[in-house]
Amino acid sequence: MVGNAAEAEDLTQEAFLQLHRKIATFRGDSAFSTWLHRLAINVVLMHLRKKGLPLMSLDEAMEPTHDDGPGRSFGAPDLSLSGSIDRLALERAVAELPAGYRLIFVLHDVEGYEHNEIAGMLDCSIGNSKSQLHKARLKLRDALRTSLQREGQQ
Amino acid sequence: MTEDRNNRTCQEFQEHLADLIASGEDVSKNPHLQTCANCRALLADLETIAEAARQLFPIEQPKEDLWDRIELAIKKEEGSIQSE
Repeated sequence: MVGNAAEAEDLTQEAFLQLHRKIATFRGDSAFSTWLHRLAINVVLMHLRKKGLPLMSLDEAMEPTHDDGPGRSFGAPDLSLSGSIDRLALERAVAELPAGYRLIFVLHDVEGYEHNEIAGMLDCSIGNSKSQLHKARLKLRDALRTSLQREGQQ
Repeated sequence: MTEDRNNRTCQEFQEHLADLIASGEDVSKNPHLQTCANCRALLADLETIAEAARQLFPIEQPKEDLWDRIELAIKKEEGSIQSE
């Protein structure tokens, strides 16, 4: 999520400090692992907010957006990514995703969590998780196609 | 007219695509894709992205002293609370 091992370690430490402070508020409404994951995700989101990245709270991140940013795809299939996806370009595109989309994409497509697990961690509906993931992939496709087009022009 | 009708069909298909993909069924067999190269390309791209994502960000092990640092930070915080 933060793209940097040292920062990730600092955030791990902060998450455990938060855990130590808040453990008494755990009421057992959800699995402990779900509660801890949500706490850790909030630590990461707060950190990104402090860094001044365009960000939202976890709740805002999971609000369905009215931004249909990633365009629907009509017209000719002019530029296909298949077989030509560049790992660095994809990493860059993921890093540039808005935090809410990045969170869902990393949890599902990179780390392999299922939608029901993500919904539990982020306290959102399964449908919301599915639609945010889909929008994240569409945004990545737009970014990768733009990057391919730029390369083609050079 | 043909284009409008085709786009509407694409729109309908794409509106349901998130659910279709998440259902785990073989989306490539969807009737719309048999006649629409554009949506076939879209699906192929999304599958390529999801596939490529699995190779991203290899899991890095934290440094060995991380847990010591965390323990120290917790003790430090406990100490500062007790001294207040």
